[in-house]
Amino acid sequence: MTRLRAIIVKEIFQLLRDPKSRIVLVLPPLIQLFIFTFATTLDVRNVDLAVLDRSSGVHSAELLQRIDGSPNFRKILYVRSSAELRRAIERQQVIAALVIEDGFDEKLTRHEPAQLGLILDGRRSNASQIVAGYVSRITAEMDAETVPQTLGGAQITNWFNPALDFVWFTIPALIVAIVSVSGLAITAQTVSREREMGTFDQLLVSPLRLHEILIGKIVPSFLVGGLNGALYWLVGQFVFGIPFAGSVFLFFISLFTYLLALIGVGLFVSSLSMTQQQSFLGNFIITNPLILLSGYASPIANMPPWLQTLTYINPARYFLVIVQGLFLKGMPAADVFHQLWPLALIAVTTLSVSAWLFRSRME
Amino acid sequence: MPVPAALEPIASAASVVKRFPGGAAPALNGVSMTVEAGRITGLVGPDGAGKTTLIRILAGLLHADEGEVAILGHKPIEMLDQLGYMPQRFGLYEDLTVRQNLDLYAELRALPEEDKEETFSRLLRFTDLARFQDRLAGKLSGGMKQKLGLACTLVRTPRLMLLDEPGVGVDPISRRELWAMVQDLTDEGIGILWSTAYLDEAEKCDRVYLLNEGKLLFDGPPGELTDRAEGRVIQLTGFGEARRPFLSRTLDRPDIIDGTIQGRSLRLLLRDGSPVPEPASFEAGAGTRIAKGQPRFEDGFIEILGGGPKGTSALAENYRVIPPSDRPAIEAKGLTKRFGDFVAARDMDFAIPQGQIYGLLGPNGAGKSTTFKMLCGLLSPSGGQGAVAGNDLRHSAAEARASLGYMAQKFSLYGELSVGQNLDFFAGAYNLRRPDARRAKDAMCEIFDLGDKLNMNAGELPLGFKQRLALAAAVMHQPPVLFLDEPTSGVDPVTRRMFWTHINGLVEKGVTVLVTTHFMDEAEYCDDVSLIYRGEQIATGTPDALKEQAVTLTESDDPTMEDAFVALIEESDRRREADERDAA
Amino acid sequence: MSGPRKPSKRFDYRRLRAMLVKEFAQIVRDPSTFLVALALPLLLLFMFGYGISLDMTGTRLAVVMEDSSAPALGLSQSYRASPYFKVDVLRDRAEARRQMIGGKIKGVVVIPQDFGRQVHEGHMPTIQIVTDGSEPNTAQFVASEAQGVFQTWAAAEPFADAPKPPSIEISTRFWYNPGLKSRFFLVPGAIAIVMTIVGTLLTALVVAREWERGTMEAIMATPITMVEFIASKIVPYYFLALASMTVCVAIAVTIFGLPFRGSLVALYVIASAFLMPGLGLGLFVSSATKNQFVASQIGLIASFLPTFLLSGFLYEIPSMPVWIQAITYIIPARYLIPSLQTLFLTGDVWSLFLPNIAMMLLFGFVYFFLSFRVTKRSLDT
Repeated sequence: MTRLRAIIVKEIFQLLRDPKSRIVLVLPPLIQLFIFTFATTLDVRNVDLAVLDRSSGVHSAELLQRIDGSPNFRKILYVRSSAELRRAIERQQVIAALVIEDGFDEKLTRHEPAQLGLILDGRRSNASQIVAGYVSRITAEMDAETVPQTLGGAQITNWFNPALDFVWFTIPALIVAIVSVSGLAITAQTVSREREMGTFDQLLVSPLRLHEILIGKIVPSFLVGGLNGALYWLVGQFVFGIPFAGSVFLFFISLFTYLLALIGVGLFVSSLSMTQQQSFLGNFIITNPLILLSGYASPIANMPPWLQTLTYINPARYFLVIVQGLFLKGMPAADVFHQLWPLALIAVTTLSVSAWLFRSRME
Repeated sequence: MPVPAALEPIASAASVVKRFPGGAAPALNGVSMTVEAGRITGLVGPDGAGKTTLIRILAGLLHADEGEVAILGHKPIEMLDQLGYMPQRFGLYEDLTVRQNLDLYAELRALPEEDKEETFSRLLRFTDLARFQDRLAGKLSGGMKQKLGLACTLVRTPRLMLLDEPGVGVDPISRRELWAMVQDLTDEGIGILWSTAYLDEAEKCDRVYLLNEGKLLFDGPPGELTDRAEGRVIQLTGFGEARRPFLSRTLDRPDIIDGTIQGRSLRLLLRDGSPVPEPASFEAGAGTRIAKGQPRFEDGFIEILGGGPKGTSALAENYRVIPPSDRPAIEAKGLTKRFGDFVAARDMDFAIPQGQIYGLLGPNGAGKSTTFKMLCGLLSPSGGQGAVAGNDLRHSAAEARASLGYMAQKFSLYGELSVGQNLDFFAGAYNLRRPDARRAKDAMCEIFDLGDKLNMNAGELPLGFKQRLALAAAVMHQPPVLFLDEPTSGVDPVTRRMFWTHINGLVEKGVTVLVTTHFMDEAEYCDDVSLIYRGEQIATGTPDALKEQAVTLTESDDPTMEDAFVALIEESDRRREADERDAA
Repeated sequence: MSGPRKPSKRFDYRRLRAMLVKEFAQIVRDPSTFLVALALPLLLLFMFGYGISLDMTGTRLAVVMEDSSAPALGLSQSYRASPYFKVDVLRDRAEARRQMIGGKIKGVVVIPQDFGRQVHEGHMPTIQIVTDGSEPNTAQFVASEAQGVFQTWAAAEPFADAPKPPSIEISTRFWYNPGLKSRFFLVPGAIAIVMTIVGTLLTALVVAREWERGTMEAIMATPITMVEFIASKIVPYYFLALASMTVCVAIAVTIFGLPFRGSLVALYVIASAFLMPGLGLGLFVSSATKNQFVASQIGLIASFLPTFLLSGFLYEIPSMPVWIQAITYIIPARYLIPSLQTLFLTGDVWSLFLPNIAMMLLFGFVYFFLSFRVTKRSLDT
């Protein structure tokens, strides 16, 4: 116990005293909180739209007024020719252009269907599609006021997040990202730093046992990852007001299991590297797919099948489902376990592989 | 080419002051000096004296805060064409070949294309690197790197050469070769400034500047400093006591300010004004004889710095007595290590009795570190057996590790942890219970004078203190066996004395020490040494026995340990070449 | 003995050439350079190319059949036929809710009990569409696509009270990317990320390496000028970054099937302009830190994160809060990504390129200015 305590205390002090580690400790969570929360929205707002109004009547004016009044649109750029319109789109002054044809007003006055041309910038196809949705919603509203609608049709309900607030999605995902980044970054450095500084030999000639050294390496990442996870779990509920409907106990069990899986990966990278430089690059190469292929950046279902299969070995995939489930959906224990056992399996595998690697690379 | 008649100063510094931000005292405080053409000017002093700072100012890499610096009457930065500078780490591109390194420096120094072939072949011959032209610089041995570094500064014959501690971590043979090469350069009228921690080198300089804490303590021909010890060096022989405790006791005498072991004799430096003592006053038996010794530069150096440490080691006084035992404390039986086809160490065989110092000597890359690492469990042997304190390396490695203390070649404690945290960690790692740990830590602070540095980051300590801390961490748990891998590399003579005082004291308590070193005077402290060359033990025995062997080889009647080292290596080379000829 | 030589203070081509030869020899020798310049870009490109896709395909949808009449079956068949959904047919809503909580399905279409009767009576029936709001983007997509399927189905049925066709018909055209493949705009963005990383990371290592290995001291004691030194650090990595970009563009066209409608001249002009700030940032970080580890860490974080998050690669800049939008102006990739997307999908639009090139050059100038400020021919700090 004396030895174990000594190495744990040493590892924690090292983490706290090394300015480089302190950066890893403080910076990523802060950057992530601010940038991720506010910047990473797939919402489309503040749209700039070009309009080529060849009709210039009451109806077209009304349509443009509605667009101008919509919170999603920012600016309407009036153009006079199709060449001007083309330029505006080409130069990305606007993402979309509305062409109101000559007879638009007359047709509407005669209650005939009137055509509206909408040209969108396919270079930003995702945002364009959403803008197309906005425009059609506005025209439908205009219609609805002139033409009485019938009953029937599709009623849409959004469960768990009725207003489709994007932050309700971002924050739970952010917990996954922050735990991953801090947990991996700290572990990936530990062994390679000792190797580079020459202190590794000093450890190996001491009576410390292999498992004691390994536990010493694991504890700091476990603490930091756990603290970050817990902190953002609180921030999500009390700062952003996101409902946490699930079991607190299950949340922390999953968090710890996930951390163990990560630490196994980090330790693997670290044991493989001779220098901190290598482990840093290795860590970068691992962290990216870990987060990007977790279902956070885009749904796993959109990926090609072979890549979907590959995501089964990604621990973040399971943890993301658990965190999202526990936060908004109050995921019951049975469903959590369904995600937890592969996570535990990955943890056991990565930890044992890295322990084996650590032992075999001691020379 | 004839040496210029008048000794013109190639470089000069006048009242140079240099302060570094955050440093309390100036790194250089009013230093004046000159480097003359065709002369080797030595720059010596303890660690942190300001030697490197002065050299860098002369190379135009640092700016003096006060004072004037001139090379051939100009500012250094304007005279880069006339300058050859070899930094401590030689400044080589290790991922380029020997030839590519030479090419680069030739182009940077605008060597005319038509002179290139001739210059290169001259330099390669001069440095004996012609065979290795296509080898990567990183794959060269320390001595070869040093020569290549020298060659790179010589692609266009400079007027001034600045060499910053070229001998650190390099074996005696390579150092001798380098010295000879540099001496040749003086014939061409080049002025050379040579900074060194090896005082035998300083002794051979034409003029020496001795720096301490940024101030000039001495300047003049080395003989002048040596002469200050004239008549005060005595050689003690025939004493009827073990030499190490006897040295400790003797150093505690008020009239002795320095002393070293030389084989079976002691070499002592008397305090200025003290008469030569009577043999009987040493109370070491009737056989004690006193002879006058030849003073060396080192004696003057130690004296001007206020003398060496006293003989009693506070560390040893606090140490437990290791119970005597008949079995060898460290044992190697046919230890062999192969890396692929390459045999790094072959059939290492020795047994170190308890309470002795055993030295592994040899050139860089000869296999002494490999042997050393196998014995402390860092490398697993490919063949043979090793045991530490009776614990076999294969079967009870953990027990073996618990019984040894280890000090690595380069500083390898946790630089970003404080001194106190380092000590706490090593106490815990060696299983000291809390009260024991606290006692041990307090004792270490007391003994090594670390008390006021407890909260400093270990990485920011001065070199001498780093070395003390490393020793403290290695002995906190009072192990019966100590492994020291070049423990004094780059350390100045005064600090080295202090270090060996502790080691000698510990050995008297029954501690067994295995040490590797490039300082041949340190080899004299060993009971037995093994000279390792090309992965094999080519000579084993007491230091005196090795010197004895060298007598016949060198035909000199009083060879130093260094002479013996060189002679034995050369002999081994001769024999191998002969064998190869026979085989062919 | 050679007489006094005057050191040349001027830019000396011979010294630069020698340094370049050295730099190339080191690149060839050092496997990690190739790893960063080639393996890392490919890895990132494939990861972004395949891993991120905003094209919803195979989204899991449950159809709850509370009615088993022929029209209900017909509608459920329409859902099965949609390329966007993978449909599970369930019997009751409770099961659907359980599955959604478990994360297995992203949406539910409930065909209610009286669905068949309504259809028989010639009324427009009502269905319920439920989405998983925990993923808002997917939820929106599911809602609109599920609604679309229903409307298409309904349009084929002769309902008496069928909704009148809307009086305003929108004919939508997506220029440059009519197939609406998200990969078409993500891959050029990924190339921008790769170029940022390669350019910045490689140069971040090189000057720091000279400091760390002690060669800087030896080099500074030769007559080389700092302009020559910095030039020798830029030129090789400029070409290396261009090479790795060329490989990425080739892969984008051949493997990911992107069109390339612009000219190669424009591509290299734009890439060169971008590499000025890219290499300049790395050089600055490297010279300022003098430590490879710290330099690569700062270089990677300062280049990768902003490029990924704040350049408009994945997230629309206009949708961000104003203070974040302000930050995006100092991120060079912000100017590269639209240019690359335009090169691939639109053609040479110099009116778009020129202002972007100007901004990139401006930032390049700033970084180089800073690099020269911190790279002094001196060990003084």
